[in-house]
Amino acid sequence: MAKLTIALMDSPYESGTTTTAMRIADAAVRKGHTVNVFAYEGAVSLTMKEQKAHPNPVKGTSVEEQKHPTTATFVAGLLATGKVDWINCGMCVDERGAGNWIEGARRGGPADLLKWANDSTNTLIMGSR
Amino acid sequence: MAKILSIVERAYHGTIEEQDDTILWVSHMLKNAGADISILLRGNAVNYAVMGQDASGLKFGGVALEVPPTLDRDVINLIGAGVPTYAVREDLEDRGIRQTELAKGLKLVSRAEVADLYESHDSIWHW
Repeated sequence: MAKLTIALMDSPYESGTTTTAMRIADAAVRKGHTVNVFAYEGAVSLTMKEQKAHPNPVKGTSVEEQKHPTTATFVAGLLATGKVDWINCGMCVDERGAGNWIEGARRGGPADLLKWANDSTNTLIMGSR
Repeated sequence: MAKILSIVERAYHGTIEEQDDTILWVSHMLKNAGADISILLRGNAVNYAVMGQDASGLKFGGVALEVPPTLDRDVINLIGAGVPTYAVREDLEDRGIRQTELAKGLKLVSRAEVADLYESHDSIWHW
């Protein structure tokens, strides 16, 4: 089985690349591969524990009806597979005050990305555009 | 009251997590708050007006997206709310999108007519 490393950079709710990366990670896990995700810069906010669902006043739906997803919930779904490891860049976290994460995400740095890249079958970098 | 033209060009960014397009959404909110606002879809965003989009079925591990975005409905609802909604004809043609696929009430403008559309508004918000 292969090991894939993905580096993400975009912040939650503003990019299509984040969902794409999660789709790739999910597809890889379903095929039995393992996935490392290195969250860099704005992507460290993907795992923020205090993200909350909200209603949609345009559609007139309540929180319960809207079932608004959060990126933290999506990441939790990936982590729960036991096949995904997630590191948030510590300095990126500190400069944003974004340190309260869901269980399973852990702190690291660029050296972890390098180690993962060296240990992986392939590395996919998804930077901000 | 200033007449606003809101231009949406960057499409399908964050629409899964947000369950909508953030600019269509905020434009609808502004309309509800009394704004005189129109929308111009251009570039990849012209696809928002294509009917029959289905973003359902997404799952990450055991977590499913239960309420997917319905961007075609959002365009219909904007038009229904009285927001004049335009799309650039050539951007549709470049993507092979036929007029029969589009939301009813969508107004098409050619690239050559965009400047006139700007002129007919007081404020241009290019997101």
